Amino acid sequence: MWLTMPLLHRPKWKVVGEGLVEWLIRICGVSAVIFVFAIFFFVFWEAKGILFGEDRLDLWKFLTSEEWYPASESNPRYGASALIAGTASVTVLSMLIAVPFGLGAALFISEFCGPRLKEVLKITIELLAAIPSVVWGFIGITIMNQLVMRIFGAPIGLTVLNGAIILALMSVPIIVSIGEDALKAVPDSYREAAIGLGVTRWQMLYRVLLPAAKNGLLAAVLLGVGRAIGETMAVLMCTGHAVNNPFNTTFPFLHPLDSVRTLPATIAAELGETAQGSQHYQVLFVIGLLLFTITFVVNMTADLVVKGIKGK
Amino acid sequence: MGSSSVGLEFHSSNDPGAIRGGSDPQSAFRGVAVFTKVVPLMSGTTQYAITTEDLGLWYGDFQALKDVSVNIRHGIITGLIGPSGCGKTTFLRCCNRVNERYGNVTTTGTIHILGKNIYDPDVSLIELRKSVGIVFQRPNPLPISIYENVVFGLRIHSRWSDLKRSDLDMAVEQALREVRLWADLKDRLKEKATTLQLEQQQKLCIARLLPLKPDLILMDEPCSALDVEATTAVEELMLGLAGRFTIVIVTHNMAQARRVSDECIFMLLGEVVEHDRTEDLFLNPKNTKTADYIEGRYG
Ligand SMILES: Nc1ncnc2c1ncn2[C@@H]1O[C@H](COP(=O)(O)OP(=O)(O)OP(=O)(O)O)[C@@H](O)[C@H]1O
Ligand SMILES: [Mg+2]
Repeated sequence: MWLTMPLLHRPKWKVVGEGLVEWLIRICGVSAVIFVFAIFFFVFWEAKGILFGEDRLDLWKFLTSEEWYPASESNPRYGASALIAGTASVTVLSMLIAVPFGLGAALFISEFCGPRLKEVLKITIELLAAIPSVVWGFIGITIMNQLVMRIFGAPIGLTVLNGAIILALMSVPIIVSIGEDALKAVPDSYREAAIGLGVTRWQMLYRVLLPAAKNGLLAAVLLGVGRAIGETMAVLMCTGHAVNNPFNTTFPFLHPLDSVRTLPATIAAELGETAQGSQHYQVLFVIGLLLFTITFVVNMTADLVVKGIKGK
Repeated sequence: MGSSSVGLEFHSSNDPGAIRGGSDPQSAFRGVAVFTKVVPLMSGTTQYAITTEDLGLWYGDFQALKDVSVNIRHGIITGLIGPSGCGKTTFLRCCNRVNERYGNVTTTGTIHILGKNIYDPDVSLIELRKSVGIVFQRPNPLPISIYENVVFGLRIHSRWSDLKRSDLDMAVEQALREVRLWADLKDRLKEKATTLQLEQQQKLCIARLLPLKPDLILMDEPCSALDVEATTAVEELMLGLAGRFTIVIVTHNMAQARRVSDECIFMLLGEVVEHDRTEDLFLNPKNTKTADYIEGRYG
């Protein structure tokens, strides 16, 4: 009997307080979900007028036309395809640079280097990830600009290439750290089995490690892509901010020395200059929705791929 | 003779299917150290598969092996017993130099395998490991198909153009028959090896050594993860392989050591205490420490 006594005598404030704390924690837990939906809803709300209203945006034209003249008094045109091409070009080129470097670095750190060098490299790469994007933009405008002009003889250095290099430097830390995690997750017993059979380092790499870690490495690449697509400030500063489609049918199809403008850079540059609720303002929110959808899909895919590893 | 395998006198990588038969007339010549790239001078044959002299090994500044000098006979099963932490695994891993993957390992003394010092600079680690196969305590098949697990060794040791599908198929069948998995697995060769039962996994780990025709098979407590029936099966398998391969088996199980081994080595705290024929070691141990251990007075 006496065991239950203290329970009967708990003060009221304790009971209520506990309930409150429990609710608080619950709210914290679901708040992330709430915020995501709230943001999506907000962006959607701001864009809904032009998506469903009286003189609505021709979505087909929006996605295919290259004519981006939002500020024209007589005939504003909202063709985002050059902006989409701008984002695509910078992302693709930056991944062409970042993926081999990032995966190579992950392999080196996890498999080939000694423990001390490993620590040094990991810390350095974390530092790289901590540099704010505006500082990267600064480096792009000053150093990379000069380099691109000098090495490639371009009239201006603020080009797809410049942006891609800067973006690559920004995505490499993500690719390296997630790629390294993926390799670390490969059980050591696999390595021992292979070594016991007499593999060389390269055979170990492509016969054991890459197959065993392929999902994690793919996820690393996808998260790098996500980073590259969504990045705003650095790209805004480095790519020359000219609405231009760098793809065409002549070799090499993607022209890295063109200036471009990306989707996020457009929003960042123009939103401040539009009247709230104006057509232009709403179109910028449609671009926001588009970006949101792309990064959502990329991140979801990465997530599912990572889950794939654990599921097995 | 594979043009890629200089000096592999009796180990042509071109006939992967031919697992060595018991009555191989060339058995007598197997004492040549086949894992060197350079053909060694014929030093005749040696009756010992492993000979170590004053072998010492340090992990950092912890000495795990002290003055280990043993002669392990060719063609028989040698048991390696001793309490936990006495260095059995360490010794085994020295014999094909897998220990070297830890950066902090220092080794002194010599290890001769089939008469060849494996620390000589002309030794190829890859050929050494091909000749000295190892089976680990936890079955560790690679996360690829059963078929690919068995031919893994052939794939890494031969040029792609030298591997014919029919040879590979034959190698798989022979290796799996040898470990008595063929009947169970012949229709499941495409399945992932990691989905097999533990017993089958461990047998597969033995099977994947066979196409490389190793001279020695080292087994580190191969049955410790298995139940009684599986243990019996693996023991039978070992007895079947004996004679054609030199087998060294580490075990904690005294009964197992008595059942399968011809000779037995008792180790304690990194040192070899006694090495004798199994019956003698168990029935008339010369050292009181050995007697204490086999009667269960150590952990
Ligand atoms: N990688 C390593 N680094 C440092 N010390 C190690 C390492 N591997 C083993 N040791 C130590 O070396 C000693 C011998 O270890 P070993 O694994 O060879 O023993 P064992 O006889 O196989 O034991 P068990 O029967 O438990 O498997 C132990 O004291 C162990 O702690
Ligand atoms: Mg051990």
